[in-house]
Amino acid sequence: MNAAHTRGPRWLRLYAAAVFAFLYFPILVLAVYSFNGEGVGGFPPHNLTCRWYAMLLDDSAIWSSVGNSLLVAFFAVVLALAFGIPAALALDRTSFPGKALFRRLVLLPLILPGIITGLSLLMLFVAFRMNLSLVTIALGHGTALISVATTEVFAGLQKLDRAQEEASLDLGANYWQTFWRVTVPNLKLPIIGAVLLIFTLSIDEIAVSFFLIGRNNTLPLEIWSRLRRGITPEINAISTLIFLFSLTMILVWYRLGTRGEREPRLAEELVPGAVQEG
Amino acid sequence: MFSRAYKSAITLPPLFWVATFLLTPYALLFCYSFWSVSPAQIIVRQWNLENYRELLRVSMYPAVLLRSMRIAASVTALALLLGYPLAYYLSVHAGTRKHLLYQLVVIPLWVSYLVRAYAWKTILGSDGVLNTLLQYFHITHHPLGFLLYSPFAVVLTLTHIYTPFVFLPIYASLEHIPRRLVEASQDLGAPPLETFWRVILPLSIPGVLAGATFAFVLSLGDFLAPLLLGGPSGVMISNVVVSLFGAAYNWPLGSAISFCMLLLVVALLFLTERLEKRWSFS
Amino acid sequence: MHSALPKSAVALGEQPVTRPAPLLSVRAIRKRFGQTIVLRDISLEIAEGEFLTILGESGSGKTTLLRLVAGFEQADSGEIWMGGERLDILPPYARRVNTVFQQYALFPHLSVFDNVAYGLRVQKIEKAEVASRVEQALAMVKMTAFVHSKPANISGGQQQRVALARALVNRPRLLLLDEPLSALDANLRRQMQIELKSLQRQVGIAFVFVTHDQHEAMAMSDRIALLRGGELEQVATPRELYFRPATAYVAQFVGQSNLLRCSVHNGIARCQSLQWSCDLPDGNHTLSLRPENVRLAEPGTAPDNVRFHAAVRDQAFQGATDLLQVECAGGPTLLVRVPAKGPLYGELEFEFSVRDAVPAPDSEES
Repeated sequence: MNAAHTRGPRWLRLYAAAVFAFLYFPILVLAVYSFNGEGVGGFPPHNLTCRWYAMLLDDSAIWSSVGNSLLVAFFAVVLALAFGIPAALALDRTSFPGKALFRRLVLLPLILPGIITGLSLLMLFVAFRMNLSLVTIALGHGTALISVATTEVFAGLQKLDRAQEEASLDLGANYWQTFWRVTVPNLKLPIIGAVLLIFTLSIDEIAVSFFLIGRNNTLPLEIWSRLRRGITPEINAISTLIFLFSLTMILVWYRLGTRGEREPRLAEELVPGAVQEG
Repeated sequence: MFSRAYKSAITLPPLFWVATFLLTPYALLFCYSFWSVSPAQIIVRQWNLENYRELLRVSMYPAVLLRSMRIAASVTALALLLGYPLAYYLSVHAGTRKHLLYQLVVIPLWVSYLVRAYAWKTILGSDGVLNTLLQYFHITHHPLGFLLYSPFAVVLTLTHIYTPFVFLPIYASLEHIPRRLVEASQDLGAPPLETFWRVILPLSIPGVLAGATFAFVLSLGDFLAPLLLGGPSGVMISNVVVSLFGAAYNWPLGSAISFCMLLLVVALLFLTERLEKRWSFS
Repeated sequence: MHSALPKSAVALGEQPVTRPAPLLSVRAIRKRFGQTIVLRDISLEIAEGEFLTILGESGSGKTTLLRLVAGFEQADSGEIWMGGERLDILPPYARRVNTVFQQYALFPHLSVFDNVAYGLRVQKIEKAEVASRVEQALAMVKMTAFVHSKPANISGGQQQRVALARALVNRPRLLLLDEPLSALDANLRRQMQIELKSLQRQVGIAFVFVTHDQHEAMAMSDRIALLRGGELEQVATPRELYFRPATAYVAQFVGQSNLLRCSVHNGIARCQSLQWSCDLPDGNHTLSLRPENVRLAEPGTAPDNVRFHAAVRDQAFQGATDLLQVECAGGPTLLVRVPAKGPLYGELEFEFSVRDAVPAPDSEES
């Protein structure tokens, strides 16, 4: 639906503007008060300063949690791709008993509240007598985010011309060679998209991590523990930086794909029945 | 065209993963919900229905669940109220600015959940931005206490978080409506509003369902926003679970609640999938 | 060579018809999309009850013209009038014009009945009347058995009929059809052409039919408006269009044609090795000669026929006829259609009547 003949009724335009204001107001407040001289709150902001950013720079606990988060995100990406890509392939080109259940299970964590994924994994690790650590968090993130890799790659496979792979096999390449020389290059865009998404989501993730945390905090958990002690502009500062980081990631993401291709995917990811059997 | 070996190679590893990290944990959740805790705080692996009986006996649990569902329903309704007109505006009237505006909706989606909840806390607090703003302009003389630490704060924050999630599938389904159907409706004599009710709205139902399910399920299971902004009157079902797994140390009872939530979510997903099938015509 | 002096206007339906006041009148319409000019200065009239086809290649602007009449596009300049009222200032839903869309555009969420009832319900027509009119309309297109089906569960041809009923049930003054048959396979298509034409006679509503298929246009229309690059090349009956093409483009687009580029000097036309006498003014001319107007020469035919020897280069069997490609020594090469009687070889003598070589000027390239 594209019929842009009119700019629409005036009230609708104002309404849309109001929704945008609602979406951006908190982010704006956050950024502005990261420069506020005396604590968070109070109107108007006064004594603007970069003190909180300087303080942040010296805060070793924050930075070690940032390192932890990056590490976790890296392994979450590796795990989600290692199992999510085969899962997408399996959904696209095999049939086996229980496939429908398999599909639902893979996609479930995408919509399941993080608390259930977190708790049930906690029980698993306890049963296996594993100590909670960054490893368990990475396993948790990997499990929760396989669904992202699967939906992205599955969408790519649906567009892939099967004849290309047949041509490769016909020309004498075996399955393994065909996979690396034809299938993967054709899925480059969805895979990169999945990497960025999983990475960003993992960096932000807190509900699953909340239950799987060991001695080392990830960044959101570090922020969380400080929030419980009270609010300081230092948190505004780190939050603003996280916002800018997310913004960069999403800009990179958009750069990669043509607009037309990217947008519906992101939207369909949120639709429960997005991945139908191929 | 694919050999057995190829099919096994792509099927077995994810199957293994799903069995180990999804199926087994849910099964454990199920098992725990029938066990109990001894006074010495040891898990007793004896099967009984005591936890479920407890959930029905102590009126606090259904009450909190009901409140959670109310909060989740409010969030869903508000997010639809904000998200649908926005999606409609972008899809139909935004013209060439459509892509830019779309990205503007998506960007807040990637701002850390925690950060956004925190932002609302700084806005709603008694010496927060909103209260000092109101006093600065002499609209009120005392800070408004009900803003923070209330179900209101939780609903507002979760609405802020889930509006983009609701927007996206609705926008996608609006974009999938062929333009010629809208033209056909006008051609048959229906003015814009009538076209909206008779053609556009029915055909965007799958998007509405998807967005609503998402907002409802995720706000139902939320425990961070209530902890941060809800206060005692804003406690939700997941907060109860968190405390049972933490200080109260009653994993079996917590598991029983979690398992009920899991069932609720799965049932809801089945329902929406059915409804969605009914309303999709491609 | 032989010579003849036929008058160019012969009994081929050129007598001026007195028409009643037109139903639809398109006046000097211009339309551009960005930098592309889609329609330039289109003026066209459609009479009550007429079946007019807008024929053109893709990109010729034919669908845009239709959409302007329906109200889905706004012209940059010009006016459209219907029955004494200005049409182009009305929104689509206020025009007594209905459209059958290219892919039918049936509402997927509504049953066949509800689709057909749509226009009536929007007009708040009372229930009993809606039911009876919908039933009538469905009976007219023989779709009564499918009242309760959803569009996804009926075939393309059936969807086509429903789309037709949905439009006609509103009793529009004018029905627009945007390549409605293009999605059907060849056999069904021919059948629908016949049905559509008889349906149009039956309801007496003026049809404007858009197509890129010249056979379809010829088979169905009272008149054809041939569009080329946003301009009207010719508006005429199918016969006029075929036998008296206004331009070389028309001659080539409608059916097959030999275009003879000849120079005339003192009443003698020369086209490479051929020459004959004619009454054209001196200068260069392009003449259109249909392949079926060239025959194998027979003894004792009319003296003013052009006779020539040519070698058969190719012979394509086409059922009742063979299409030959023949080459005169010293040019030109011509297409010739002869009754299919078996293989032809070598050099043969052919002839055509000078009257059949009609002027078809090359229009300037746009």
